[in-house]
Amino acid sequence: MSTVLTAPPVETKTNYLNESYGIKSWLLTKDHKRIALLYLAAITFFFAVGGFFAVLIRLELITPAGDLMQPETYNKAFTMHGVMMIFFFLIPAVPAVLGNFLVPMMIGARDLAFPRINLLSWYIYMVGGVFTLYAMVAGGVDTGWTFYTPYSSTYSNTQVMATAIGIFILGFSSILTGLNFIVTIHKMRAPGLTWFRLPLFIWAHYATSVIQILGTPVVAIAIVLVGLERAFRIGIFDPKLGGDPILFQHLFWFYSHPAVYIMILPSMGVISELVTCFSRKKIFGYGFVAMSSVAIAVLGFLVWGHHMFVSGQSVYAGMVFSILSYLVAIPSAIKVFNWTATLYRGSISYQTPLLYALGFIGLFTIGGLTGLFLANLAVDVHLHDTYFVVGHFHYIMVGGAIMGYLGGLHFWWPKITGRLYPEGWARLSALVLFVGFNLTFFPQFILGYLGMPRRYHAYPEEFQVLNVMSSAGASILAVGYIIPMIYLIWSMRYGKPAPANPWGATGLEWQIPSPPPSYNFEKTPVVTEEPYVYSHEEAQVV
Amino acid sequence: MVTHIEPKRVYLAVFAALMVLTVLTVWVSYFDMGDLSIVVALAIAVTKATLVVLFFMHARHSPRLTKFVIAAGFCWLVILIGLTLSDYFTRTWLPLPQGW
Ligand SMILES: [Cu+2]
Repeated sequence: MSTVLTAPPVETKTNYLNESYGIKSWLLTKDHKRIALLYLAAITFFFAVGGFFAVLIRLELITPAGDLMQPETYNKAFTMHGVMMIFFFLIPAVPAVLGNFLVPMMIGARDLAFPRINLLSWYIYMVGGVFTLYAMVAGGVDTGWTFYTPYSSTYSNTQVMATAIGIFILGFSSILTGLNFIVTIHKMRAPGLTWFRLPLFIWAHYATSVIQILGTPVVAIAIVLVGLERAFRIGIFDPKLGGDPILFQHLFWFYSHPAVYIMILPSMGVISELVTCFSRKKIFGYGFVAMSSVAIAVLGFLVWGHHMFVSGQSVYAGMVFSILSYLVAIPSAIKVFNWTATLYRGSISYQTPLLYALGFIGLFTIGGLTGLFLANLAVDVHLHDTYFVVGHFHYIMVGGAIMGYLGGLHFWWPKITGRLYPEGWARLSALVLFVGFNLTFFPQFILGYLGMPRRYHAYPEEFQVLNVMSSAGASILAVGYIIPMIYLIWSMRYGKPAPANPWGATGLEWQIPSPPPSYNFEKTPVVTEEPYVYSHEEAQVV
Repeated sequence: MVTHIEPKRVYLAVFAALMVLTVLTVWVSYFDMGDLSIVVALAIAVTKATLVVLFFMHARHSPRLTKFVIAAGFCWLVILIGLTLSDYFTRTWLPLPQGW
């Protein structure tokens, strides 16, 4: 590329942000970039709600006695924490915000295939959210985010129905996002952008979309069946009515295990982009990284029984699920090794996004390896339903998924807003997050190993030191989330204007102005080479 | 857009077939075939679903990609049912302790 891209003066040119004003221009927009920002606002709100319940939980657990909340209230607190964080934050976080913003841009398209459906998905998300918030205000729900039967279908007298309806509705927004991505990636790639020239972010989102489309309907049906059993006493899950409670666990985890990959795969896509950009090297083993996303999506559907080793599931099925669960470690390890190999002898610059990427690699590795402990039939008998499990999945979801989300948000923030964030504050908060995270969740591995069960509001005295450490870590973690929220909002107005390509990154999204014009590309770009060619990157730095 | 639409009489024939199969479902339910009754009932149901997908949903004249997507959906259903049954079919292999 010999032409030097000069950054157009940001303020004077029309872009997707200043093209039209007023609340209507946002609420009726069909621009994927504006819808991404609608999602950003919505998921940030639900993250704050989920975080509020996390605060309650950690406050209660500072002392061994159950002195802050009634046991019933505590049950509701951890249920709402799980429901908000998983369904309303983690699942849509990267795909609906970064994916929505970037998928069309990265493949050289002017928008997603179905812009109206894209907007619809946001409204469906909001309707689902309103139902769930109503359930919260009207008394809450105490089943845990897993809604296990027959407690949820027969015995709980909390707002199970309203929450279930909320999550059922929400599922459709996830399905529509996945559908939109799949059709867009199949049909709207720029000329020359063959499958193996796609950025790995796109591969990750493609694999995620497959899970969203094939998995979500199953959990939706499972929730409907719980509702039917609650309302009409149809015997599906309650043994008293001739049902089988374990059937619910099968249906629930058929979706909810792959849902973990809905959360982590898009973040893995982000990490691939960050690692190559900040080590100024082509990704090591492009094909393996791309295919491992697909492998994770497929294998992820074959392992759900590892949540049910002690539930009464047949031990023979347990053996099969245990072995299959080990297999998922292979594509996950391929990714970690390839990222490490990419970093090796790269010319690394420790900018904020890379700090998040490095945090991701370390924390995801710990989360993944402790997952292998739990996939082991015998060890799981000891660790099942203890804080070890809580530590494990927070390392994957917070240490993995949220680190990837924040890393990506920082990386593409200049593109999204046209402004640079303050680098010093950003590095500091990445560090605070990393420290706070480990202090919060590492003690939980020990607590679980020592036998502290999850979901209890009181515990024996000898667990207090580790619990206080965990609560102290959580307060540091909270600071680590609040600092970026402040400086990112600050930067939208006062940040330095961003050039088109502040990182000197490859990829089509960096070749258009920041923030991009409404339809992204004035002329459809033609792709002539593989991604991540950083050998002649100097020419591209603007 | 793919708009290869079948002639009207094909739709009518499929509709008739669906009705006949519905009557058949009711009719066979009067025979006690033991474990086989559920197999027969499900076989008829699958036949009907296949007819709907092939003709009413135009899958027969869809591009290869669409057919592939339909096949993938079916494969996932097989995974869901197959692995779930791997639990149900083997649960009784280990004799349960009979209490005190
Ligand atoms: Cu799982």
